[in-house]
Amino acid sequence: MKVLGYLLQKEFKQIFRDKTILAMMFAMPTIQLIILPLAMNFDVKRINLAVVDHDHSTYSSRLINKINASGYFRLVAGAASFGEAIRYVETEKADVVLEIPQGFERNLVREGQQPLGISVDAINGTKAAIGGNYLLTVISDYNREIPVNANGFTKMNEIEITWSNWFNPLAEYRFYIVPAVLVLLLTLIGGFMSALNIVREKEAGTIEQINVTPIKKWQFISGKLIPFWVVGMIVFTLGLLIAWAVYGIWPVGSLLTIYAFAAIYLVALLGFGLLISTYTENQLQAMFVAFFFMMIFMLMSGLFTAVDSMPRWARIVANLTPVTHFIKVIRMVVLKGSSFADVGLEFAYLVGFAGVLNGWAIFNYRKTS
Amino acid sequence: MKYFTSWPAGLPGRPIKTTAMKQFLVFIRKEFFHVFRDRRTLLIMFGLPLVQIVLFGYALTSEVKNITLTVIDNSRDENSRQLVNKIRSSSYFVVDESSIDYNDVLAAFRKGSAKCALIFPAGFGNDLLHQGKAQIQILTDGSDPNTAKTVVNYISSITTAYQQEISRQRPLKYLIIPEPRMLYNEEGNGSLNFIPGVMALVLMIVCTALTSVSVVREKETGTMEILLVSPFKPLLVLIAKAVPYLILSLLNIIMILLLAVFVLNVTIKGSIILLFLESMLFIITCLSFGLMISNTTNSQQTALLLSMMGLMIPTMIFTGFMFPLENMPKIFQLISNLVPSRWYFLIIKAVMLKGLGFKYIWKETLVLLAMTLILLTIALKKFKTRLS
Repeated sequence: MKVLGYLLQKEFKQIFRDKTILAMMFAMPTIQLIILPLAMNFDVKRINLAVVDHDHSTYSSRLINKINASGYFRLVAGAASFGEAIRYVETEKADVVLEIPQGFERNLVREGQQPLGISVDAINGTKAAIGGNYLLTVISDYNREIPVNANGFTKMNEIEITWSNWFNPLAEYRFYIVPAVLVLLLTLIGGFMSALNIVREKEAGTIEQINVTPIKKWQFISGKLIPFWVVGMIVFTLGLLIAWAVYGIWPVGSLLTIYAFAAIYLVALLGFGLLISTYTENQLQAMFVAFFFMMIFMLMSGLFTAVDSMPRWARIVANLTPVTHFIKVIRMVVLKGSSFADVGLEFAYLVGFAGVLNGWAIFNYRKTS
Repeated sequence: MKYFTSWPAGLPGRPIKTTAMKQFLVFIRKEFFHVFRDRRTLLIMFGLPLVQIVLFGYALTSEVKNITLTVIDNSRDENSRQLVNKIRSSSYFVVDESSIDYNDVLAAFRKGSAKCALIFPAGFGNDLLHQGKAQIQILTDGSDPNTAKTVVNYISSITTAYQQEISRQRPLKYLIIPEPRMLYNEEGNGSLNFIPGVMALVLMIVCTALTSVSVVREKETGTMEILLVSPFKPLLVLIAKAVPYLILSLLNIIMILLLAVFVLNVTIKGSIILLFLESMLFIITCLSFGLMISNTTNSQQTALLLSMMGLMIPTMIFTGFMFPLENMPKIFQLISNLVPSRWYFLIIKAVMLKGLGFKYIWKETLVLLAMTLILLTIALKKFKTRLS
C-alpha cells in the first residue's frame, strides 16, 4: 500500500507540474460544455427559396404571396431564368427553386391542371426533405383555396392531432446535448490522457527504471489510473455544476445513480486508454489510435445523430462501445428521472466493459519487452 | 559555412559535401527516413481515414428512421387500422402494438422501451365519419427533441394525406401538381452531406497532428541542437519537415477519393484535377497549421493534445456538415470562418457533388491560400534558432 502511495504522489506531482496540461484538462472541458450546446441545433428554421416566375399572372403572384406568408420560406431572389435561379443554389444562397412555367394560369383555367417545377438541393437530406414537404403543403393548401375549388369542395373529415413532448415540453436541444457532453468530457479525459501517459514513460525511457524496481504490475497501473480517475470525477462534478448554472439542467433522477455510472465508466475508459498505451510505442501512435476510437465513439454513440436511424450493422457497432450506453443512461436519468432499476442492464454492460478492458490491458502490459 | 558536414548519428549514409539544393534534398531524405521508420504510424495514417470514411459514410445520417411507435388503439375500428397501416407502410416507423395502457407510457419512456406513442380515443372512426372530426394524440419522449419533432411531423403529414384520401369525394377543379426534383442527389442518399464533411474533418486532424510533433519531437529528443548548429535556413527546415507528409497525404487523398467513388458510390461530378489541386492546397494549409503548433509548444504531449483533443470538437462543429452554421449564434459563425476545414468542405461539396468549376470557389481557395501564408509566417517567426 505504501508503494502505491508513493507512486500516486509521483503521478499527481507530474500532472500538476505541467501547467499547460492542467489547463487543458480543466479549461477545455468547461469551454466545450458551454460552447457545444449553443452550436448544436438541428432546427431547420428558414428555407431559402428562389422563384422563377415566367407567368406573371394573378395566380402565380398569389401563390408566391401565399408561400411568402407561410413563414417557412425566405424569398432570396426572383430570378429571370431557371439557369439564374440554379446559380443561387450553386452558391449556397438558395435551397429550393420554384419554377412557375409560362401559361401557368391559362393552363390551370383551361385544362384544370398544371404541373409546377420544384428543384431541391438534396445534398443536405434533412433540409431537402423538410423544405420540399413545406412547399408541398403550402401548394396543396393553395389548391383548396382557389375559389372554384372552394365552392365545390365538400367538408373534409378532419383528424385533429394533439401532441405533447414529455420531459422537455418545448423540445429544446440543450436538454439533449448537455448531458451527453458531460459523457464526452469524461471520455476525452479518460481515453486520451491515460493513453498518453504510459507511452510517454516508454518514450522517455523512464519506464525501464520503474520496471527494474520491485513495484508490482497492479501497483504501477493503479498508480497511473487513480490520478486520472480523480481528475475525471472532479471535471465531471464541475460539468454538472456548469450545466446547472449555465443551462439550468439539474438531474431529475438520483445523483447517486449518475455518479455510480460515471465512476465505473471512467474505469472502463481508463482501461481503454491503458490498453492503447500497451500496444503503441510512441505518443504519436497512441494519440492516433486514441483519436481513431474517439471519433468512432463520438460519431456513432448517438451524441449527434440517433443510433436508431443507423443501419443494423452500425447499431451493433454503436452498442459495442461503452460511450453509447452511458450517453443513453445519462439522458434517461438526468432528463426523465429513470431509476437505477430502469438502467440496471446498462450498468452491467459498463461493468463488463471495465472488466474486459482493464483485464486485457493488465494482461498485455509486460514489465519486460 | 557553406558545407553541411555533420551527419546525424544513427542514420545510414555518410557525410556528403553538398550545395544548398543538395542539402535540401538530403534533409528531405532524412525526414523520409523518420517517417518510414515508424511503420505503425504510417499504417494508422492510411488506415484511419479508410475505416472512418467508410464507417461514417454509411452510418451517419441526419434522417430519423426506424422509430418504434407504440400504438394504443382504444377504438379498434376500420379507420384507426387504416391509419396505422399507412404509418406502418412508411419507412420511418416500426409499429409496436403490444397493448400497453396509457398509464404505462410514462414508465415505458423512463425505461427507454418506447420513444413515442400514438393514441386513438374510443370511437375514433365513428367520430370521424359521423361528426366529421376526430382526435388522435401523440406522446413523445422529449429527451430526444430531434426524434420527437420528426415523429410529430411524419405522423401529421401521413394523417393529412389519409384524411384527404377519405374525404375526396369530388376532384378539385383546378389542380396544381407539384413535381419535386432532387438536385445533385437523385437517389436520396441520406449520408451524402457527411462524406465531404468527414473527409475534411479527418484530413484536417490527421495532417495537423502529424506535423505538430515534427519539430517538437526534435526538441524533446535533443536532436534540435544538431539542427540548429547546421547552416540550414529555418524555412528550409520547415519545408523539409512538411514534404514527406505532403506526399503521403496526397496518396491518402487519392485513396479517399477512390473509396468515395467505388465503395460509397459517390459520383464525382466536377473536374478531378481541380479537386486534387484544392485538396493539395488544403493539406498544405493543415501542414502549416501543424508546423505552427509544433513551433509554439514545448512537448509532444502538449502538441498532440492541442492538435487532436483540442481540434477535434471545434472542427467537427465548425466545418458545418453536422449542424447548420446558420443556426448558430453570430459569434460562432464568425469563429467558423477561422476553421480551414469549413472552406474545404464548401470547396469539395461544390466540385465533387455539384460539379462546379473554379469560378465558383475562387473565394474559398483564396481564403485557404491566405491562411496558409499566415500560418507559415507565424511558424517561421516562432521557430527558435536558439534553445531556451
